Amino acid sequence: MPADDGRAARPAGVCYSMDGRADAVRDGLHRMFDAPPLSGLSATARGTAEIVLAEVLNNIVEHAYGDAGGTIRLCLALHDGGLLCRTEDRGMPMPQGRLPPGIPPDPALTAEGGYGWHLIRMLARNLGYSRVAGVNCITFLLPLDG
Amino acid sequence: MALKSEIRGDVLVIRAEQARIDAAGAISFKEAMRDVAAVPAPRVILDLSQVTFLDSSGLGAVVAVMKHLAPARRLELAGLTPTVEKVFRLTRMDSVFTIHPSLDQGLGHAGG
Repeated sequence: MPADDGRAARPAGVCYSMDGRADAVRDGLHRMFDAPPLSGLSATARGTAEIVLAEVLNNIVEHAYGDAGGTIRLCLALHDGGLLCRTEDRGMPMPQGRLPPGIPPDPALTAEGGYGWHLIRMLARNLGYSRVAGVNCITFLLPLDG
Repeated sequence: MALKSEIRGDVLVIRAEQARIDAAGAISFKEAMRDVAAVPAPRVILDLSQVTFLDSSGLGAVVAVMKHLAPARRLELAGLTPTVEKVFRLTRMDSVFTIHPSLDQGLGHAGG
């Protein structure tokens, strides 16, 4: 795409703000799935989007903010055959400054946690992370074909 | 956390009556499950047909309940909706649980 096409480089979309708490994330997901662009997705793409968004947002709640709390901003835009997503928070940085590897779980261990980043990595594409001026920013593309 | 339970023959059937088992509700789900599963019955089937969304916290809670019942009893699942089924499949936890397409099929099943 042309580099001077500002709209393509930063597609128009919708942004949400929510408190960094699990109940606020649930309410936020409810709100965003009732409105475009998420409301227009196929049932399969919608399910995939909800899994990834819930995991990313709840990871911020549990690990970036913990008990401290704070605000999460999430922006969504249809872009390049997918749904471009971007979260921002002012919580703790990612360990070692990078996204967790999401090692595939061993079912035999019957662990009660550690599935979140594996699910994110299985379903999202083009995952990116940056921390600038105390703001964590996670970006990813969700497929629209499921 | 809305759970409804009944004894059907030798099976304790527990129906989750909420649409989500997620990070905001995983702990209360786990606690409520432990309470209703205290009823003695050789088999326990959790009917998830009304649950449209389950995240990794919800999955962890279901695994915790399974471990709580073991080794005397095995937790079986029934009626996974598409997004819930996807979470079990992608984490390969579908290989750990006995999963019935529906509660009726689970009740007709010999168990285990």
